Amino acid sequence: MREYLLGNVAIARGILEAGAGVVSGYPGTPSSEIVDYLAPLAGEQGVHVEWSVNEKVAMEVAIGASWTGTRSAVTMKHVGLNVAADPFMTLAYLGVGGGMVVISADDPYCHSSQNEQDSRRYAAFARVPCLDPADPQEARDMTLRAFALSEEFGVPVMLRPTTRVSHARADVLVGPPTKRLAGPRFEKNPSRRVALPVHARPLHSELLNKQAGIEAALEKEPWNRSMVRSEVGVIASGIAGLYAEEAIAGMEAEVSLLRIGTYPISRKVVGDFLEKVRQVLVVEEMDPVVEEFVEMVAKERNPDLEILGKRSGHVPGVGELDPLTVRDSIARMMGLPSRPAPKISPQILSILPPRPPALCPGCSHRASYYAMRKAFGKDAVYPNDIGCYTMGVGMGTVDTCLCMGASITVGAGIRFGGEERPICAVLGDSTFLHSGLTGLLNAAYNGARMTVAILDNSITAMTGHQPHPGAGRTASGQPSPQLSLEDICRSLGASFVETADPYEIDSMIETFERARDHPGLSVVVAKRACVISEIRSGVRRPRLKVDQEKCEGCRICVNFGCPAIEFDGTVAKINALCSGCGVCAAICPQQAIEVVK
Amino acid sequence: MRTSECDVVVVGVGGQGVILISEIIGRAAMLAGLSVRGVETHGMAQRGGSVINHIRVGCKYSAMISPGSADVLLAMEPAEALRYASYLSPKGVALVNTRPVMPVTVTTGQARYPSIEEILSPLREVACEVKAMDATGLAAKAGSPQATNVVMLGAIAGYLPIEEATLLSALSETVPARFLEINRKAFELGKIEVE
Repeated sequence: MREYLLGNVAIARGILEAGAGVVSGYPGTPSSEIVDYLAPLAGEQGVHVEWSVNEKVAMEVAIGASWTGTRSAVTMKHVGLNVAADPFMTLAYLGVGGGMVVISADDPYCHSSQNEQDSRRYAAFARVPCLDPADPQEARDMTLRAFALSEEFGVPVMLRPTTRVSHARADVLVGPPTKRLAGPRFEKNPSRRVALPVHARPLHSELLNKQAGIEAALEKEPWNRSMVRSEVGVIASGIAGLYAEEAIAGMEAEVSLLRIGTYPISRKVVGDFLEKVRQVLVVEEMDPVVEEFVEMVAKERNPDLEILGKRSGHVPGVGELDPLTVRDSIARMMGLPSRPAPKISPQILSILPPRPPALCPGCSHRASYYAMRKAFGKDAVYPNDIGCYTMGVGMGTVDTCLCMGASITVGAGIRFGGEERPICAVLGDSTFLHSGLTGLLNAAYNGARMTVAILDNSITAMTGHQPHPGAGRTASGQPSPQLSLEDICRSLGASFVETADPYEIDSMIETFERARDHPGLSVVVAKRACVISEIRSGVRRPRLKVDQEKCEGCRICVNFGCPAIEFDGTVAKINALCSGCGVCAAICPQQAIEVVK
Repeated sequence: MRTSECDVVVVGVGGQGVILISEIIGRAAMLAGLSVRGVETHGMAQRGGSVINHIRVGCKYSAMISPGSADVLLAMEPAEALRYASYLSPKGVALVNTRPVMPVTVTTGQARYPSIEEILSPLREVACEVKAMDATGLAAKAGSPQATNVVMLGAIAGYLPIEEATLLSALSETVPARFLEINRKAFELGKIEVE
């Protein structure tokens, strides 16, 4: 059956077709829709689907499931694999029971990420196979194959889609779900499940000995295919293979093409191709993984080969590729002209106002930042974290953003490094539960004098409103134990913990002032549901308007930065985007903003 | 050689229903028995940022459309039309909603929003044809300004290698039944506007 599916949904369907019994993950663009799609189906498909509290936890849950003989999958974005790297690396030694697929979605161009790391390097680092789909159909097909490969070689298999695969749609051929296998059981086998040095040494040898077999098996996969047409060739991996195929067809050029879709790359496949060409262009996104391999194999099979790619400057080393860039790289290799760029001058485009992503109208984070800035001042240090709230960077309260959970820890380090000014670290509820807990514990334990603001909107908003333990329900909608962030913070050692509602701006400011003046580690929980969640659950508040007579055009409300507030040159106006939070009315010195009756 | 029958770039602002339009065109292409590729903007940019979706009808390659090769630029917002005009092929058509959505950079006075003529005039130089319409106004006439995206779907209907009836079936499969009437009206108004 053919369906028009998002790449991530095609992966989810592959997981169901493979009969997996456990799927875990932590949300992260571009990976989130896999679990989003599966969670509502968990009951009817008899699959345990969970949003775990972080990627390490998700990986370990999937490993435990695999060790019962149940097929499992774990999803995350590329940087999530850094968090999960510890279990991932040793799992390659210990091996799987039921087939286990690790889905790590890469984000070339950092559409929604803090870096452009290449998960293929991680697969090579752990010495596990990696499948690199070019489109949603390959993503579904590779998911199915990955489970079988995992069982064949007893290792986890990585599936590595990129943004343009995960968020692509295509007509995809899919099959029906398979019922999960009955009767799973954890078999005790310390030599394969207990990573003591005495077990790890022989397991490391075993892992190395598996490599030749893995390479030989992958050699025959349909995703590694060549078309020899001339002595000029292109080797392209993943989605770049599809760009190259289209470019060659569009140019009607006599160019040979080898597409690589699996890792470790087969020496035989590459070597056989290299013998037939005198010049080759290697096209891939992110790291020169294929290019380095080609350089190595060429030494043996075709030492005179001219190799072009990132090192020669023919293919960009950063950002993402697209069909035109690949076409022009091929044209340049062949000495042909590049395709003329459309004639729009930068001067014309410069008339366009920038439209960066922004906090929503009525977002409570904006109010929290406003209150924080009032209490701590512009000179304080504001270590920040990863979430919607990072978009508050224009408000002067985002001084650092490194990785999930790093706000508190970096803030503590800044204090211990000798900084004397007030420090207010900021992170969201989901990020706090992901990896802020340990940082807070460490700050309390080691006596960091600072404030931590947890912007609690009770959801993982940035990635599409996934629940977490603070939301009171699981991914599949089951109720979960009520959690108190305040109790957690006290237990971890914070000596001041207070909660306030950012919409009550005066009391929010006072709370921050008390936290600022506290001589030890203070925590402020700024609690207010995400405005999108509120709208979805039917909350409606009357809108606000500006009394044009009273408005003196001071722009205080305009500078607050809410997209619902505009300035017409003399006075402020409130547009239809207003969600009725009322914060602008509270900060207006003329009391010129009032509720529409 | 052409590698796709019809390449459409749909642009707008996060929250304007750009993804829904891509989904309807994609479903309709499948109903028509054509292979189809699309790519969407998810994640950070959805928060009021500038968004672009690519749809390729009758294509078996990647979902990405190269600059200079889109047959149609379907813009839910005028400034976004110009921002992505470089995707248009010299033979391409731009269908533009003239109702601006002000970015925060404009509402806070850091940037100026250009006049519609400042936007349309360079667009006319790039595109073979520009059809501008107040799609938001037409949607309001149909019953809801939320249906702006469906007005634009009606506007593009005649440019796709897909029968109108097939597009309408895909529309009724995609939008909630209680909004179907408004959406059908919006579609019709968009279609008439470009005729």
